[in-house]
Amino acid sequence: MRPTAPLILLAVAVVAAGTLTACGSGSGDDRNTVKVAFIKDTNAKVTVRDDYIRLVAREFEKDNPGKKVRLIPIQASENDYYTKIQQMMRSPRTAPDLVYEDTFLVNSDIKAGLLRPLDAHVNAWDDWRQFEPAAKAAARGQDGKTYGVPDGTDTRGLWFNKKIFRKAGLPATWRPKTWDEVLDAARTVKRRVPGVIPLNVFTGKGAGEAAVMQGFEMLLYGTGENQLYDPASRKWVTGTKGFKDSLGFLDTVYKEKLGPDVSDALSPNIQTNVAAELLPEEKLAIDLDGSWLGQQWQKTGGGNPWPAWSTTLGQTPFPTQHGRPPGRVSLAGGWTWSVPQESQQPDLAWKLIQTFQSRKNALEWCVRGAQIAVRKDVAADPRYLRSVPGIGFFTSLVKISQYRPALPEYPKVAAAIGEAMEAVTAGDASPEKAAKDYDAALATAVDGRTVAKP
Amino acid sequence: MTAGAAGKAPALPRAARRAPLRTRLLRWSPLAPATVLLLLFLAGPIGYCVFIAFTDTQLTGQASASFVGLANFRRAFGDPAFRNAVVLTLVFTVLSSILGQNTLGLALAGLMRRASRPVRSLTGAMVITAWVLPEIVAGFLLYTFFERRGTLNAVLDWLHLPTQNWLFTLPVMAVSFANVWRGTAFSMLIYSAALSAIPPEVTESAEVDGAGGLRRLWHITLPMIRRSIGTNLMLNTLQTLSVFGLIWAMTRGGPGNRSQTLPVFMYDQAFLKSLIGYGTAVALLLLLVGAVFSVVYLRLMREEV
Repeated sequence: MRPTAPLILLAVAVVAAGTLTACGSGSGDDRNTVKVAFIKDTNAKVTVRDDYIRLVAREFEKDNPGKKVRLIPIQASENDYYTKIQQMMRSPRTAPDLVYEDTFLVNSDIKAGLLRPLDAHVNAWDDWRQFEPAAKAAARGQDGKTYGVPDGTDTRGLWFNKKIFRKAGLPATWRPKTWDEVLDAARTVKRRVPGVIPLNVFTGKGAGEAAVMQGFEMLLYGTGENQLYDPASRKWVTGTKGFKDSLGFLDTVYKEKLGPDVSDALSPNIQTNVAAELLPEEKLAIDLDGSWLGQQWQKTGGGNPWPAWSTTLGQTPFPTQHGRPPGRVSLAGGWTWSVPQESQQPDLAWKLIQTFQSRKNALEWCVRGAQIAVRKDVAADPRYLRSVPGIGFFTSLVKISQYRPALPEYPKVAAAIGEAMEAVTAGDASPEKAAKDYDAALATAVDGRTVAKP
Repeated sequence: MTAGAAGKAPALPRAARRAPLRTRLLRWSPLAPATVLLLLFLAGPIGYCVFIAFTDTQLTGQASASFVGLANFRRAFGDPAFRNAVVLTLVFTVLSSILGQNTLGLALAGLMRRASRPVRSLTGAMVITAWVLPEIVAGFLLYTFFERRGTLNAVLDWLHLPTQNWLFTLPVMAVSFANVWRGTAFSMLIYSAALSAIPPEVTESAEVDGAGGLRRLWHITLPMIRRSIGTNLMLNTLQTLSVFGLIWAMTRGGPGNRSQTLPVFMYDQAFLKSLIGYGTAVALLLLLVGAVFSVVYLRLMREEV
């Protein structure tokens, strides 16, 4: 008897079982169906956005008899999500009718011809006057046309655990004035409260654009004016001391072991870990993070209900490097609802956007998603102001918040920054060397349109 | 074309000219659909890929692509990250395919011939389960095995041995081990078949002549299965060169670029940095690496025998 026969039979059986059960799902191309693509949290327990979108979809179907909304939730890390929707949008056969876009990609996707201008629609829409001018600008292309309707914005600051601070002898009204004061607090925690991670700053390629924005740019924007892009010369900036200092800050955090274990910090799951484990399990003292964190701990759809968070965690602005005015720094971003160029149902998609951003639904989303309102009427609503503890603090940061240079090259620049951070954090390069490599990568990414600054 | 040819050769009788053509067409006709499909779905995309590799196509951020000649290839050879990826790809392939899967597969096939039936079935089932698992599932399994709080460290901790994050300290070793774990079954099957094809008389007579186990392996077994070795090496290598999901799930090519093999590099450039043209050029170069390996193996198989 040949010994291979039963083995091959087994293999065939298992393969067949695998392929046969993964049966294809056919989809009719229905004229009355509007397809909506959006990002689903990598933590499957967090369903805040899914629940909200489903809610709005049901309302839309009820108000528009005969019309259907098909949801295309894409469960992926942010970078993989961008890639996926860009590929989908390239062909009329796969393009969704409505897509959820991060504003930092909007200009890049406009230039690639993936999105449709919505000017005719928004100009005829009364509610558009309610939107904050800064939010409107976030979805405007370089051609001056509007390519999306924002559904909220976000700001960034320091979250800290008051209980751990008490143990470390640090004040519950902590308000650091410089980078050094942040590092000193972290060192104090490390010394006095062993077993706790003193400070988390997102870094490297794993966390994707989150590391670049929450981590690096929060540092860089506090070192001086226009350290990334110079609007006067319309060129990208190389060789600044601020860039090296920002990498130096990361170097200090990870070399002095003030941050999470380097291998965890560089893992693609670090964002989920921080929000779902490290903060709720009180293993992390200080976290440089976004305003939306609270959505993870909501009672419904939050995935990790943690009612005590509002009293356990405090928020404070992130300081500039040496306390330069205004003394605090924040970046604002946000997402928009946009209609792909290849959409087969653009008018229906617009109708759905209107449903999403009706006053009622916009308020619902800001409350559920711990979003910072972009509609003035929502921002003034008492329900919004009471919705999430800390919302007042993060909303107050909007007026000092700066924006990323939303240019077509920005995603590539961000990727190069991520690599510089990764090299420093992993110990593969000194901040100086990583900054030099970044300058070279930047020149390639923006076709040499760079300007050197001290 | 045939009409023209017919016009030029009036000397031949009509029937003699027509018959072979019709036969040829008849013989070819059952293959026609397959040929058309192959051209459409295999040659088409490959041709398109080759075309894209000579343009600066991007996924986003660009109005229209233009032809850039050899710029992408020049860029690759000047890119330290690309050279790093080539070296890592070779290390990964030699470690996991040539040394790992191939040798272990042969050893398992040899041992299983002697093993009792239950042991044989059990081992076979285990090895093949690893093979049948989708690449991405295997990737996550091995991720949880090597991860800092993973199984391997739990075992080491229990034995009072020092633990570390293997995916961080030895990323290439970890992904190579994963590939061996996943792919050995294939070699084992090929070698099981090859070994069972060796006539028992040959082995027996060698044994009677007093040849020990190692001598028999070296002088009888290996030469007799050398063709299978060649085939196996070739298939294994080609498969290993293109491993992506496993590495992506376990390390994403990190930390830094320390486990960024060519397929991961290609994905990074094409989709994360949206440089589709450059990524495709790298893919073509990867194809070239595979071709070089194949030629070497084919030469090995052809000699003597």
